[in-house]
Amino acid sequence: MIYPENLLYTKEHEWVRVEGDTGVVGITDHAQKELGDIVYVDLPKVGATAEKGKNVGSVESVKAVSDIYAPISGEVTEVNEALATAPEKLNEDPHGGAWLVKIKLSNPEEIKQLLSAADYQTYVGAE
Amino acid sequence: MSTPASALKTTPLNATHRKLGARMVDFGGWDMPVQYSGIIDEHRAVREAVGLFDVSHMGEIEVTGPEALACVEFATTNAASKLKQGQAQYSGLLYEHGGFVDDILVHKVHDESYFICCNASNQEKDFEHLAALNRFQAEVVFASDRYAQLAIQGPKGLATLQKLTKTALEPIKYYHFTDGEVSGTPARIARTGYTGEDGFEIYIDPEEAERIWNELMEAGREFGIKPCGLGARNTLRLESKMALYGHEIDASITPFEADLAWIVKLDKGDFNGRSALAKQKTGGVKRKLVGFEMIGRGIGRDGYEVYLDGAPAGWVTSGGPSPTLCKNIGLCYVPVDRAQPGVSIQIMIRNQPVEAVTVNTPFYKRAK
Repeated sequence: MIYPENLLYTKEHEWVRVEGDTGVVGITDHAQKELGDIVYVDLPKVGATAEKGKNVGSVESVKAVSDIYAPISGEVTEVNEALATAPEKLNEDPHGGAWLVKIKLSNPEEIKQLLSAADYQTYVGAE
Repeated sequence: MSTPASALKTTPLNATHRKLGARMVDFGGWDMPVQYSGIIDEHRAVREAVGLFDVSHMGEIEVTGPEALACVEFATTNAASKLKQGQAQYSGLLYEHGGFVDDILVHKVHDESYFICCNASNQEKDFEHLAALNRFQAEVVFASDRYAQLAIQGPKGLATLQKLTKTALEPIKYYHFTDGEVSGTPARIARTGYTGEDGFEIYIDPEEAERIWNELMEAGREFGIKPCGLGARNTLRLESKMALYGHEIDASITPFEADLAWIVKLDKGDFNGRSALAKQKTGGVKRKLVGFEMIGRGIGRDGYEVYLDGAPAGWVTSGGPSPTLCKNIGLCYVPVDRAQPGVSIQIMIRNQPVEAVTVNTPFYKRAK
């Protein structure tokens, strides 16, 4: 898997795509592979406050529940409603159409703490 | 891919699973495949065609001698005396207080020989339990090391296995077995399983396990056979409402509570746990296992709390998505007066009550 270079990553296997003052957040291809068949996605409400490193939702496979941690802080401005009825999209298109939430950055400095594609690739390779 | 920690036990097929790209997990101290192509894909293969499982982690115990039957009768809840040669029976091993030591399959090999298949992580405990209860002219032998076990499950299971054996499979009835051969090696061939589908479980020499596995994969290729892991085994057994030790049953649960009264034969004579069960039968149980379906969004999973009328009333023993029914299903303990279909319950999912309703079980029953 080539991890897109326009995304930034966390060691908890989330990615962020910065669009102006907003971060689009998803889970990585590595994460969806580890989880297996994804059958349920639980997302916050629009308007909720996300805090970096804190729980912002969960993704469930047939076997298990995995928490999603906010990679950045800010207000949740949009959630991907399509995943409620089609959670399997997370297995099919984790870096694109199956994004999870959009967060309006309250502390843009946090972005500097995220990993580059190359660093993330090295990290999952070593994991 | 990681290598198994040295403490984990392995089956003779460990390298085969890794070669197939299986995701391995620690299952009660065993390094076992949880999935290969994906749980839903494997689940469907078993319901629609055929799936192959390595269940060599399961334990085997043999009880032999002139009083083998008396020993088995005293140690188990079901009536072993009703078994005919070549017949198998689901049964319980109980503590004196009526809780489960394990759930087992008892096979009658002949009048003086019984073959018990038990859960992997309980096998040493089961053996010690049986040996301690053995005050008969019988010998209890721990035989797990002598057997690998493969499960060939699904509507094409018979056609797959038949290609590798001269033993006629069609005449073997459900919950019966025969001692025959598979691909030239002696095999105990049982028409049993843990999936709710037709199929077979074969007990073979561990040395032959890899060869037989590969030959079965080849034999089943025309039917779309898939290697299946413990993930699919769990979703399949849950749809069929088969108990899993540590979930629906354990040392604190009796067969009556677990909706397994049919494996208790109080009139067969004395057996370990009988007096506790007789007392419970008279007094009645307080809680009972019942099936549920989620109504609200969410999946009720193992260990989640069950609420009735706004108050905690029980817990989920097993829960998850049903790939066959495309619903979220589960089993839970609730007070006995509410353990019937059609009762509105709430399951606490991440501190939020989510609506569910109790339903009839099994969730899935194959067309015969």
